[in-house]
Amino acid sequence: MIRVVLPHHLRTLAGVEGEVALDAQERPTQRSVLDALEASYPVLRGTIRDHGTAKRRDFIRFFACGQDITLDPADDPLPERVASGEEVFRVVGAMAGG
Amino acid sequence: MSGVRLLVGTRKGAFILTSDGTRDDWNVEGPLFTGWEMYHLNGSPVDPDRLYASQSTGWHGQVVQRSDDGGKTWETVGNEFTYDGVPGTHQWYDGTQHPWEFARIWHLEPSLTDADTVFAGVEDAALFRSTDAGQTWQELSGLRDHETGPQWQPGAGGLCLHSIIIHPDDPNRMFVAISAAGAFRTDDGGETWQPINRGLRSNELPDEEREVGHCVHRIAMNPSRPDTLFMQKHWHVMRSDDGGDSWQKVSGNLPSDFGFPIAVHPHEPETVYVVPIKSDSEHVPPDGKLRVYRSKTGGNEWEALTNGLPQEHCYVNILRDAMTVDRLDPGGIYFGTTGGQVYASPDGGDNWTAIVHDLPAVLSVEAQTLS
Repeated sequence: MIRVVLPHHLRTLAGVEGEVALDAQERPTQRSVLDALEASYPVLRGTIRDHGTAKRRDFIRFFACGQDITLDPADDPLPERVASGEEVFRVVGAMAGG
Repeated sequence: MSGVRLLVGTRKGAFILTSDGTRDDWNVEGPLFTGWEMYHLNGSPVDPDRLYASQSTGWHGQVVQRSDDGGKTWETVGNEFTYDGVPGTHQWYDGTQHPWEFARIWHLEPSLTDADTVFAGVEDAALFRSTDAGQTWQELSGLRDHETGPQWQPGAGGLCLHSIIIHPDDPNRMFVAISAAGAFRTDDGGETWQPINRGLRSNELPDEEREVGHCVHRIAMNPSRPDTLFMQKHWHVMRSDDGGDSWQKVSGNLPSDFGFPIAVHPHEPETVYVVPIKSDSEHVPPDGKLRVYRSKTGGNEWEALTNGLPQEHCYVNILRDAMTVDRLDPGGIYFGTTGGQVYASPDGGDNWTAIVHDLPAVLSVEAQTLS
């Protein structure tokens, strides 16, 4: 199982409370986890990554095991503790706005 | 019994205000979509329970919501807005060319004849259409592909298509307005478009009377007289009596002819409303007095409407999509402010009451007249 934590607005949009649980993947990456997330919750398409280009939206960051992995290559493997479900993959909205 | 439903979009959510035909007492529902910018909500004239809403944030971009029960429940629909073909470029603030990039929906205009068809005016300026109740969107790219497209330049609020008017009798004729490109008309259902800016003068432009580049803030029409259009431009209030082929200035005795919204009385096609703002540098009402100005002569002669509106220490603004009319008799008029008030006048502007005082900054107000 892969555990994903979404920011407030995306939890509301997806209609979930707390963490999202996705099926385990053999070699999860940012891209594969986000693909699985969007497949499970189609309303999230376009809200984390742009349609078509899959480019990360500017004010979205990704964290795992306390590290900012936003700028890591999208196809790099995520830490083993995320792959095993011990740690969460965190989608974070940057501190911004008013 | 007849009634009114107001659809109010704000910086931090949406609100639905309802009243019976007397428009004395109002029920306030909301916030809906709390924390999201709700640029615009609008209802289908064919099926008033069919509502569409533009929902966005800087973090998560554009979301579109649809309701089939008058706003009681909502369903997220399609949010993929892809420009047709290779988008190309438009002019940026510094005069260089800048790629066309989708930012948000400013205005949703449901079809007059089909509840599943709805148009979306977006930033960067383009017109999209959905024929499946918002599930998928296709660009009417003949507008953006107009030969003047590379000359279009954003206003301070972005390069936004904010006004969409569908001709009541001829579905092939539509009008749109873009800040700061100007007004455009199609006579073939959106395939091709022509600028309709003859008579506009903008001294911010090197050529004051150029074909495009005018910062049109809003256009409005009374459906009983579809060849007559009224316009609040950046500066100047204008009218056209030939479907936009030519425009005449009708600012007359207004204390300032800068402003954002403009509306036409539902039953009196020569009765027009604007809200003068001091200047493009100071976006506040003149003298701290919130005054709607009404002309019963189609412009030029204007009277201040103040009864019930604050006449001291008032420094709110009224944005371009935040004034509207109902279709009841007598006709009602409504507007929302950046200070979070929504004012209603059930008698054509003679008397005003604040329905609510403390909403987030109001971005848009639409009135649905319910039977």
